[in-house]
Amino acid sequence: MSTNGLIGRAVKRVEDKRFITGHGNYTDDIVLPHQTYAAFVRSQYAHARILNIDTSAAKEMPGVIAIFTGADLAAVNGVPCGWQVNFKNGDTMKEPKHPLLVADKARHAGDAIAVVIAETKEQATDAAEAVKVEMEELPCVVDAAKAVQAGAPLVHDDVPNNKSFDWVLGNPIEEVNEAMDKAAHVTTLDFVNQRLVPNAIEPRSYNSSYDPVSEKYTLYTSSQNPHLIRLLMCAFVLGIPEHKVRVVSPDVGGGFGSKIFHYTEEALLTWCSKKIGRPVKWTSERSESFLLDAHGRDHVTKAEMGFDANGKIVALRVKTYANLGAYLSTFSSCVPTYLHGTLLQGLYTTPKINVDVTAVFTNTTPVDAYRGAGRPEATYLLERLIDLAAHEMDMDPAELRFRNFIPPFDGVQQPGYQTQVALQYDSGNYEGVLKKGLEMVNYADVRREQQEAAHNGKLVGIGFSTYIEACGIAPSAIVGSLGCRAGLFESAQVRVQPTGKVSVYTGSHSHGQGHETTFAQIVADKLGINLDDVEIVHGDSEAVAFGMGTYGSRSLAVGGSAIMKSIDKIIEKGKKIAAHKLEASADDIEFKSGNFTVKGTDKSIGFGEVALTAYVPHVYPKDLEPGLDFASFYDPANFTYPFGCHIAVVEVDKETGKVSLKRFIAVDDVGNVINPMIVEGQIHGGVVQGIGQALFEGAEYDDNGQLTNASYMDYCMPRADDFPMFETASQVTPCPHNPLGVKGAGEAGTIGSAPAIVNAVIDALWSGGHKVKDIRMPLTPERVWHAMVDA
Amino acid sequence: MIPATFEYEKVTTVDEAIAALSNDDTKILAGGHSLIPAMKLRLNRPAKLVDIGGIRGLKDIKEEDGEIVIGAAASHADIMYHTLIRHHLPLFTEGAAMIGDMQVRNHGTIGGSLAHADPAADWPAMVLAAGAAIEVQGPNGRRRIPATEFFTGLFSTALEPNEIITAVRIPVPANGAKSTYQKFAQPASRFALAACAVMRFADGKTNIAFTGVGENAFRDTGAEQAITGKAIDENTINAAVNAALEGVTVMSDHYASEAYRKHLAKVYLKKALMMVK
Ligand SMILES: Cc1cc2nc3c(=O)[nH]c(=O)nc-3n(C[C@H](O)[C@H](O)[C@H](O)COP(=O)(O)OP(=O)(O)OC[C@H]3O[C@@H](n4cnc5c(N)ncnc54)[C@H](O)[C@@H]3O)c2cc1C
Repeated sequence: MSTNGLIGRAVKRVEDKRFITGHGNYTDDIVLPHQTYAAFVRSQYAHARILNIDTSAAKEMPGVIAIFTGADLAAVNGVPCGWQVNFKNGDTMKEPKHPLLVADKARHAGDAIAVVIAETKEQATDAAEAVKVEMEELPCVVDAAKAVQAGAPLVHDDVPNNKSFDWVLGNPIEEVNEAMDKAAHVTTLDFVNQRLVPNAIEPRSYNSSYDPVSEKYTLYTSSQNPHLIRLLMCAFVLGIPEHKVRVVSPDVGGGFGSKIFHYTEEALLTWCSKKIGRPVKWTSERSESFLLDAHGRDHVTKAEMGFDANGKIVALRVKTYANLGAYLSTFSSCVPTYLHGTLLQGLYTTPKINVDVTAVFTNTTPVDAYRGAGRPEATYLLERLIDLAAHEMDMDPAELRFRNFIPPFDGVQQPGYQTQVALQYDSGNYEGVLKKGLEMVNYADVRREQQEAAHNGKLVGIGFSTYIEACGIAPSAIVGSLGCRAGLFESAQVRVQPTGKVSVYTGSHSHGQGHETTFAQIVADKLGINLDDVEIVHGDSEAVAFGMGTYGSRSLAVGGSAIMKSIDKIIEKGKKIAAHKLEASADDIEFKSGNFTVKGTDKSIGFGEVALTAYVPHVYPKDLEPGLDFASFYDPANFTYPFGCHIAVVEVDKETGKVSLKRFIAVDDVGNVINPMIVEGQIHGGVVQGIGQALFEGAEYDDNGQLTNASYMDYCMPRADDFPMFETASQVTPCPHNPLGVKGAGEAGTIGSAPAIVNAVIDALWSGGHKVKDIRMPLTPERVWHAMVDA
Repeated sequence: MIPATFEYEKVTTVDEAIAALSNDDTKILAGGHSLIPAMKLRLNRPAKLVDIGGIRGLKDIKEEDGEIVIGAAASHADIMYHTLIRHHLPLFTEGAAMIGDMQVRNHGTIGGSLAHADPAADWPAMVLAAGAAIEVQGPNGRRRIPATEFFTGLFSTALEPNEIITAVRIPVPANGAKSTYQKFAQPASRFALAACAVMRFADGKTNIAFTGVGENAFRDTGAEQAITGKAIDENTINAAVNAALEGVTVMSDHYASEAYRKHLAKVYLKKALMMVK
């Protein structure tokens, strides 16, 4: 599929020159003329009524320009939720206002009460400290399962039982119950998929300004999707016409989902910039990031998997309480539902599935999409169940999977696979990745080593995870029917300059993914030009026509496909220009490796000459417009379904419970690969994040709703020395429905890895006779030790 | 992460530093790797910082009158790479390498660590096991505080408010001493969740100190008695492990309950004793 070898090559990332030499340009680097700085007064309490706010002393502090409180914003809307989910009975989900500043009560620790704007950041910080807030602490609730119980404190006075919605998907429960009752064996697991803090290295930052002459706002934002922020802020919050707002996301230092959402500070700073007539900047402190950046996961689940006597899965029944935190963040409602429930088919032929989700409010930081979003929760559930079932039925976990895999299908000769939970898989070869993984790990050998280790009093374990995810988010019509309040297409403009150099304007946004390289490889390859001749422009609503941004492993599958559509238009028009010059018919022109050639002849002109002719149209077809510049929108036909097999080999220290990861094998099938180095990098980062969840990370709230580990002294981020060299491989099953045949690689590592680790630890404990069903993530040494001591 | 406003003075002599400390609300600034983070979180807001980094001689490491003298402002890395230390006090070389990361070791100082007296810091266990004395100076002159009397509680020491630590003095161990520092790191901070320093002298005297376990680092006299002067073997190790932590109030937190921390401390004592066998 490549014409000059650029597609598929591990080209070094072109953006790294500026990043590793310190020349990146992040929002906080931007200082505008007459810049001012904001600092926030935030609630110390998780749940407390505001009795009085006294700003008089703060107003007198040096440099203070303005202080606003919730009362000043009474007429301003809150930030919206972008996805409507309905209750089982058809009622619309409860969607209480998420105000820019709270006026009545704080609903989580960190809720914003007032904003102070001053000449310097230091002055703003000092003055914010001088604002006196009198509050009456109220009883609070932090646990999702407890929040729905009668008598629990109400996060929103008008939301009964703290229930945002309840939701069900799959086969009718009676059918699932019947199949479960008939099962020869049922494996049951009650578990928690713990809450995670996203921890992008660049804290969120916004800088908003207003020009009274043009009546136009400019918002610089560390966002994964500037156009979406503009849409939400203009149409739903501030009521500003979109053409009066420019939103720019310059270099962004990581997002992992946490920078998808429209945050209150973005809209508030924009509102303030007009009020004070000067630009206002705020950059989150790390302590604020812990309290405010939307968290991930947080499910309390009971799951049951039924098997027949041959180890075939006959039913899956799931009940989950999903903690959404204090407010509905932008995509929070779709994560435990359409990104979780819909994935519970996994790779298996399970004939009966029912998933029931109750989404609740608590006095905690809002929860939303975090790398993988819903799919790690689904994968964790399935993969823990099947590994545990293998132990319980005394079967090999790999063999149990082989018995249950959906047989290979390419989506072209064989149709896609219709699941019991609404999705249709595009193409897959699930046994392929497990076979490859078993070869790479030398399965028979590691099992033997495990036995030898057990003999010598050591605990070695092998854990599997064979996962699938839904990426390339998403076909607009499908997500629209499921409640999404936006389309999820992507746009791309490919502009060929007169000299044959190419500028690409993409609605995808790169914040670590390497689009400036991958997208340039596609364009340079397809047009037969040098990589250096292609420039990728992204992140500016004024430069790029429209965009839905980057999340859900969608950039290449959706954004890349939009680029492909524009490239096709360019080649088609180029053929007409070349045909005219070569005095042939356009139908007889073929374009290959940068040359337009009359088929079967050596008559040919280069891409550069065609480009020049398009802009200097002296010898030119009569009915053709000058110029070589095409915009396209691409709306995918289906999700894409990457999948893979992760295998972990661990050793557990009997004395301390500390888990050492000995080996980690990742075989991922992400469809066609444009840049194997970048894909491998994404897999590595994703795997580390998944293992972070399994072994290290987890937000801990106390009963007062305080996040007790809100700093790196206590919240454990994975570090390089925690890991062995990863052993990775890829299998390629092309996506049948997009022009590049790609599926997406951004989340795969995170989705697959966590259950492999936990399964390996459980396997290690079983090898030593500790028949443990579950250890709560993260598997800290103490928890593992307790599991051994208590079992 | 912006500290409250403060004044800053860089002094060149210990006397100037002591004079500056006579004002309330003034604090010594050494490596700044405990103090500055606390100030950025506004948990600590001194009106003035006195930087001792420029005091001549305060970073020196030397041998004097049968003692190793480590200047209070010597960084963890200075100590870790010093040949005198490696030669006479390999315990410090081994332990210093386990403090934080390279940046922390390059900035943080032994004096700062001791004065700060974090219950999970590494130096306190090492200086206790080495039988060190902390040399301090105040308006009334110098005094030596034995390490065993220095740590008085959670983040508290025998240091008077207007005193500064000038040096750590360790008697040079006679040939044949063996030592080790065994640390189980808290996964996030990598401070000690429980750690044990052991110094076994040629004559069989054995010093055993723990950090990360109680409110302050301490010598475990019960464990010491069980093994001092005896051959180190399975029996004596078990006896020491059984005797250890008697009467100690063991901390409990997010990463380690009291029971687990106690267990870990004993596991690490055992590891340490195996190392000095
Ligand atoms: C990321 C990170 C990781 C770390 N990991 C570890 C670890 O693994 N193990 C560990 O033990 N420590 C660790 N530390 C702490 C580090 O060792 C500090 O440097 C040390 O605790 C304090 O030394 P300092 O020179 O930085 O003191 P400062 O921060 O400058 O001062 C600390 C306190 O001591 C006082 N003080 C300083 N010097 C003197 C003196 N000479 N006389 C009297 N008072 C004085 C100050 O006034 C202040 O109250 C870590 C720190 C960081 C930031």
